[in-house]
Amino acid sequence: MSKLDAKIPEGPLKDKWNSYKDKIDLVNPANKRLIDVIVVGTGLAGGSAAATLAELGYNVKAFCYQDSPRRAHSIAAQGGINAAKNYQGDGDSFYRLFYDTVKGGDYRSREANVYRLAEVSTNIIDQCVAQGVPFARDYGGLLDNRSFGGVLVSRTFYAKGQTGQQLLLGAYSAMNRQIARGKIEMHNRHEMLDVVVVDGKARGIIARNLVTGEIERHSAHAVVIASGGYGNVYFLSTNAMGSNATAAWKIHKKGAFFANPCYTQIHPTCIPRSGDYQSKLTLMSESLRNDGRIWVPKNMGDVQAIRDGKKKPTDLTEEERDYYLERRYPAFGNLVPRDVASRAAKERCDAGYGVNKTGEAVYLDFKSAIQRYGKEQAKLLHMPDASPEKITELGEKVVEAKYGNLFQMYEKIVDDNPYKTPMMIYPATHYTMGGVWVDYNLMTTIPGCYAIGEANFSDHGANRLGASALMQGLADGYFVLPYTIGDYLSHDIRTGKIPTNTPEFEQAEREVKEKIEFFMNNKGTKSVDHFHRRLGKIMWNKVGMSRNEKGLKEAIREIKALREEFYKEVSVPGSDQEMNQELEKAGRVADFLELGELFAKDALDRNESCGGHFREESVELAGEQKGEALRDDKNYAYVSAWEYKGEPSEAVLHKEELKYENIELKQRSYK
Amino acid sequence: MNLTLKIWRQKGSNVKGKLVAYNVADISEHMSFLEMMDVLNEQLVNSGEEPVAFDHDCREGICGSCSMYINGRAHGPDGGITTCQLHMRTFKDGDTIIVEPWRAKAFPVVKDLVVDRSAFDRIQQAGGYISVNTSGNTQDANAIPIPKLNADLAMDAATCIGCGACVAACKNASASLFVAAKVSQYALLPQGQVEANDRVINMVDQMDAEGFGSCTNTGACSAECPKDISLENIARMNREYMRAKAVTK
Ligand SMILES: Cc1cc2nc3c(=O)[nH]c(=O)nc-3n(C[C@H](O)[C@H](O)[C@H](O)COP(=O)(O)OP(=O)(O)OC[C@H]3O[C@@H](n4cnc5c(N)ncnc54)[C@H](O)[C@@H]3O)c2cc1C
Ligand code: SF4
Ligand code: FES
Repeated sequence: MSKLDAKIPEGPLKDKWNSYKDKIDLVNPANKRLIDVIVVGTGLAGGSAAATLAELGYNVKAFCYQDSPRRAHSIAAQGGINAAKNYQGDGDSFYRLFYDTVKGGDYRSREANVYRLAEVSTNIIDQCVAQGVPFARDYGGLLDNRSFGGVLVSRTFYAKGQTGQQLLLGAYSAMNRQIARGKIEMHNRHEMLDVVVVDGKARGIIARNLVTGEIERHSAHAVVIASGGYGNVYFLSTNAMGSNATAAWKIHKKGAFFANPCYTQIHPTCIPRSGDYQSKLTLMSESLRNDGRIWVPKNMGDVQAIRDGKKKPTDLTEEERDYYLERRYPAFGNLVPRDVASRAAKERCDAGYGVNKTGEAVYLDFKSAIQRYGKEQAKLLHMPDASPEKITELGEKVVEAKYGNLFQMYEKIVDDNPYKTPMMIYPATHYTMGGVWVDYNLMTTIPGCYAIGEANFSDHGANRLGASALMQGLADGYFVLPYTIGDYLSHDIRTGKIPTNTPEFEQAEREVKEKIEFFMNNKGTKSVDHFHRRLGKIMWNKVGMSRNEKGLKEAIREIKALREEFYKEVSVPGSDQEMNQELEKAGRVADFLELGELFAKDALDRNESCGGHFREESVELAGEQKGEALRDDKNYAYVSAWEYKGEPSEAVLHKEELKYENIELKQRSYK
Repeated sequence: MNLTLKIWRQKGSNVKGKLVAYNVADISEHMSFLEMMDVLNEQLVNSGEEPVAFDHDCREGICGSCSMYINGRAHGPDGGITTCQLHMRTFKDGDTIIVEPWRAKAFPVVKDLVVDRSAFDRIQQAGGYISVNTSGNTQDANAIPIPKLNADLAMDAATCIGCGACVAACKNASASLFVAAKVSQYALLPQGQVEANDRVINMVDQMDAEGFGSCTNTGACSAECPKDISLENIARMNREYMRAKAVTK
């Protein structure tokens, strides 16, 4: 049997999950007490998995690098979470959510996984409400919804602009309940630095206590990686500063295949860069595209005048503005999927129409929405004679209620009032669809090692739709993994505790220590950030929103050379026997320097444009879709799963063919 | 702009710390405060010195990691923001800026500007949850309508990021605002009412056990809170607490 058996259950799509679930081997409650599970990461995926596994009776050990599980990067998600509840009665269904997700992912995801995701999506909302998550409600006291890019229904549940925070605090509270019962042993400020494989099975991890510097061995019957995405390979991204690929990369080096590394999401609505000191980029939630209209000036003269400060955007008449998304994509307008919106912004800016000094910004304008809402309110409040000022005031109130915290965030950073002048935005790296390859059970190619949440590759294909990452993280953690893992653990009830004094643990620990000693003793002259920034530049310029063969080959060479320079020149001050944030960064950047190369190699292999991966060699040459991305289903309808062989350049490609039985493959059109 | 920084340096929890002066040059007004700290740290690394340790992660005001006491104020001179949202345009060329960690008995210093806030986690573990299994067997989410006003107030309370600025700002180092925010969120919602009494008693008892001071209603917490958590939450917590004590006696 090939190593790439996705283990998709037989039967019609609609029945696969339910009939499979009925047949999964269960572990009886008394035996669960004899089984330990390690969960690395406490974001939505890891937090929900840890809580649920503990509740089922397993002994859970959870790890995160922050000082509290509540601070995982999921906390920053703003816009919302999808679920096929059809509360708005606009025709939503499991099938429609499934269809939108597969289409939005440009037909590069697995049908069975996505359908399961759609099915459990509704449970998530019930679960979260029961936990006390304060989702937004309408005046009737029922749950409110908004719509997100790439779909035509309103299925997104939200808690102001802090949906991720509220969902994570929900999962954190479920964890707290189990921590209090002693079922979860929580290790804050710990970083996993390797996985330990015994007789071919994942049996533990090596972790560094980030306060004392101690290297610890932890054993378990299964290891779950929920460590998030690798967007920080670009240095600048909307991810948290500490978000990293280390856990995922370490398991890759021990045998877990890494899938589709080149599928990255560049999010269209982020605050533009302001200078070289920039440390991260800030997302302005996609929900803003519901009410904001995106434009640049039609005439070059106006662009110049705006850049020189001679004109303000509000000086331009409607006729002088190019609402390019509405122009190019009349059916979806400002709500096209993210990859399409980002490339369209880049196209305008490359053509010279960028509206700030760097030439890398477009406008996101709320004037129309403020007027529309203002008039609506005036009607509701029986004010037929409301003055234009009153209407604007009423409209601004509505916009404030919907997006107040985002507007405030924008104003704090840019020092400009977005109620009065349009926001400036530009695309930035945001999410990674690629990740550790997993089968239907969410198990990697290392038996007993699982990957969930953004860390795996499973559900979003080549592009993720808005509000679907939170859905996937919680689906994996609350409703999928806790059941599928039983299938594996049911064979471990007689194994007994896994000892840590074995040669496998010793060797893994030795390797980790050697690497740390190397960094501490390296007498380099340059900071870790210096290398991270340079890696980011290569990635952004040559493996960014638009890619070609020449650039990718250069990127591969340059990253390899940079990696060699890093090992010669990097300097890590201080001691490894105490908190040392430079040492933490050094380990993470070392892994990004390998992952970046594999990323470029994967992008080079995939000579088609699909979702977030745009190859300049593969575009429509004629017809209505001229210039749009051209997918090549004949040659590339597969998942690229890479096997580690020592150096990224030697990685071996395994292909998982994607079969579509319930959806017809079509060129995506949002026209 | 050019600035003088006086930063608290402390090797570990058991050693004494002190303020150390550093100079940074060419700071742009568009930089965030933490980006300015990055510039200092890069400067220190390049000269072989140990950079200043500080907690940070999201850098957009939501994770609650960042925690600097700047010129005598939690999260610095601007209101309604976290340290990572503070921008250098608030300062002037030639300024001297004093940067210290949160100071509270219940938040021991780990290193430099990093403190140990695990007491907050333990308070949440004492009752900051609704005891519902994550089984998916819960009722339909719309089966319990919640008046919009209550839902909105619960949301306001729930936006607490657990940063600890309220404790740092309080002369008694009380954690009342933090605890009240969580108690209020649940008190305003119908879910989890059956355990409301135990919840408030256990959380308040844990707060006391962690060595936080008592609340004397000065309101510095709410004034410095980056999320504008209202003092009304403390009043609500006190009511909940008294009621719970009365019925469980
Ligand atoms: C600004 C922003 C806004 C977003 N908004 C939305 C939205 O509105 N809707 C939506 O659906 N999605 C959104 N997303 C995407 C979504 O937030 C993420 O994909 C998702 O939260 C990832 O969750 P996770 O549990 O997989 O990982 P994370 O939340 O990233 O958690 C990773 C965890 O792993 C731990 N960890 C990592 N490495 C190690 C290690 N080596 N050792 C120990 N622990 C480790 C970390 O401590 C952390 O606990 C947004 C993302 C960003 C950046
Ligand atoms: S109440 Fe305010 S200051 Fe206190 S922890 Fe919460 S957000 Fe921070
Ligand atoms: S770094 Fe997250 S709140 Fe400041």
